[in-house]
Amino acid sequence: MSGWKVFGSLEKRLEDPSLLRGVGRFLDDIQVSGMLHAAFVRSPHSHARILHIDSNSALTIEGVRAVYTLDDLRPYLNNKRLVVGLPSPSYKQELDRPALADKEVVYVGEPIAIVVAESRYLAEDAAAIVNIEYEILPAVSDCRLAVEKSSILAHTQSPHNILAQFDMRYGEVESTFDNASYIFKENIWQHRGGSHSIECRGAVSFYEPTEDLVTLYSSTQSAHTAKNILIDMLGFDENKVRVIIPDVGGGFGPKLVFYQEDVSVVLAAMILGKPVKWVEDRREHFISTTQERDQFWEVEIAVDGEGQILGLRGSMVHDHGAYTARGINLAFNSALIVSLPYKVPCYFLEVLLAVTNKVPVTPVRGAGHPQGIFVMERLLDRVARELGIDRAEIRRKNLIKSDQMPFKKELETRGGSPVILDSGDYLSCMEQALEKVGYRDFSVRKEKALKEGKYVGLGFANYVKGTGRGPFETVKVKVGTSGKILVYSGAAAMGQSTRTMLSQIVADFLGGDVENINVITGDSSAVPIGIGGSASRQTVTAGSSALLAAKEVRNKLLKVAATLLEVSEEDLEINGRQINVKGVNEIKMDIGEVAHAVAGTPGYALPPGFEPGMESTKNFIVDDLTFVNGTVAVEV
Amino acid sequence: MGETRKISLTVNGKSYEEEVEVRFHLADFLRQKLGLTGTHLGCEHGVCGACTILMNGKSVRSCLMLAVQADGQELTTIEGIAPSEDEMHPLQEAFRDNHGLQCGFCTPGMLTTLLEFLEDNPDPSEEEVRIAISGNLCRCTGYQGIVAAALDAAQRLRDAKGV
Repeated sequence: MSGWKVFGSLEKRLEDPSLLRGVGRFLDDIQVSGMLHAAFVRSPHSHARILHIDSNSALTIEGVRAVYTLDDLRPYLNNKRLVVGLPSPSYKQELDRPALADKEVVYVGEPIAIVVAESRYLAEDAAAIVNIEYEILPAVSDCRLAVEKSSILAHTQSPHNILAQFDMRYGEVESTFDNASYIFKENIWQHRGGSHSIECRGAVSFYEPTEDLVTLYSSTQSAHTAKNILIDMLGFDENKVRVIIPDVGGGFGPKLVFYQEDVSVVLAAMILGKPVKWVEDRREHFISTTQERDQFWEVEIAVDGEGQILGLRGSMVHDHGAYTARGINLAFNSALIVSLPYKVPCYFLEVLLAVTNKVPVTPVRGAGHPQGIFVMERLLDRVARELGIDRAEIRRKNLIKSDQMPFKKELETRGGSPVILDSGDYLSCMEQALEKVGYRDFSVRKEKALKEGKYVGLGFANYVKGTGRGPFETVKVKVGTSGKILVYSGAAAMGQSTRTMLSQIVADFLGGDVENINVITGDSSAVPIGIGGSASRQTVTAGSSALLAAKEVRNKLLKVAATLLEVSEEDLEINGRQINVKGVNEIKMDIGEVAHAVAGTPGYALPPGFEPGMESTKNFIVDDLTFVNGTVAVEV
Repeated sequence: MGETRKISLTVNGKSYEEEVEVRFHLADFLRQKLGLTGTHLGCEHGVCGACTILMNGKSVRSCLMLAVQADGQELTTIEGIAPSEDEMHPLQEAFRDNHGLQCGFCTPGMLTTLLEFLEDNPDPSEEEVRIAISGNLCRCTGYQGIVAAALDAAQRLRDAKGV
């Protein structure tokens, strides 16, 4: 290979020029001829029975085309619920969201009807006068109360409010706590939060009768997941649905979820035979986009007189919200991550997932991990305070040291693979952070600030988190007869430079010119299967697939070019679009010409020994997580 | 359609005369009527700052104004910042070089806000930059890159003027 190295060298992002000039293409920028606009009628109650829906007045507004409730959509639905939950044996009940509310609303913001009109202004006018008669039911909003036997039911048809139950344990917990010098207990309540990507959610859908194809543009983090759910719900053949992700203005987890609005917009477009757009406004985002974090922990830490951790035990109630929009993964991640950076000889955590009359909960920036880390760090601060040991010192004592690695935790990931901390220097990471934040002199600053009437605080936390979640992300690399390099992937971009990343990796094998590479992500028609953007996974999975595919295409390019040029392939190199004999610029071919040679001409043989096409599709498969670490320190 | 009124205005140096519904807000007008979709809507109540544009050189929230209020005014949106098709404004260059954006959704408001700010304060401190963009929310970058880009752009603009 030539001297250049694109990956790892600082490249300007390929995404930036269009975004900086205001010519990106976000969901709301999509204009389709004849497009109608949707607004949703949402529940103002956290729990109520729907007695009657009257949309007559709404339909009298000029320009309003339709008001659809679940009853109107039902004839088109193969499955009226959105089945999205990740598998787990711990479920006690299934609570999949209906396409639109079905007789009972269970959280404020739950969509009940879709209103379609000639403009969003008119759709909102009409939505405001859809008259719904409710019987208000008692609601449960505190997850601690929800799991009690006598609790009010969040869904009147459910036997109880427990969505799932599991525990995590290893080591001799009972005897350790029986014999510990010190046990400290904390009750930790972690409150709810939203993701608030600056771009809200949105969907544009249209049906093309000539192709018998339903297209959904969605600001989702996974085109293939959306497609699969649509196929399931609409009973369509796989080739009749296409999902495309335009530029996405931040994802942060909630856009990984497929929503009621997505399927409703698709159905409205199909029924009306017109393109339909819906763009969530910020108020809707507050009450209908999934959220995260409500958890109540009761935990105990056992330590010896020196502050060495002996064990950790307790229970956690996780507020799941009103429906399953993702699964039990948040609570699982929280429980799994608690002890990771530290030597904790025994551990027991009992976990209950509570159904409440609140917005469903799914990953938001960290997917349950920050909660578990917070609990551990609070416990260590408590031990430090109680035993009069410095906060940094207590962590130094208990962090897993680099010479103890690989360190196998007695835990398993949700897919059953082992948790092995293979490398890292957690201690030095923490020391560097403390150095940078000026931990040693903090007491001086604190005292000085106090004299000026100001309170300052300094907090820090260590974390270890699994990244690069598998099992794969397909990448196809192709050299077109035009000489352009095309990279197709199921990966999804929402601001993390996916296009730049894939281009850099591919460029290193195929000429080094990122400008000659087109990256196609977030399109269900680009590759047959895909997973999408979440869990810090795409550079690991899609990036590795891209590397393997680019390598294979490079080998074939050189082999075919060597045959055509009648030289040895070892003597060839690729520079930009050109393949030439090293140092001999006269003996050369354009990569497009080489691709053309294996593209096939009717009745003529391919170059001997070659399969047709200048492309390679690879799936780098990974089951294990890569555990990364970090220290966060802040002075406020 | 409700009551309409005819307005004329200049956007990025180009004159427009349009019949507009009186309740249409300015951002919807720019995006839907003029096709200038570079101005983004993040909250539609003046909090996030993504829809910030310049009216007669001063920053305004285009989601908090009605289109009819822009009658007779001169507007600049993100599409009008670069001097040409091939060239970007030093502020845009600085954003690219300093990782001042990830998803790019807040970027139009950041650029317009900083354009006005750097005009008023060509040699700002880091703290002044942070205060200047305090009405613009970014959820991706953590602001570090944006602040660095603003300071870098200020330097580039000063160098260009020979100050």
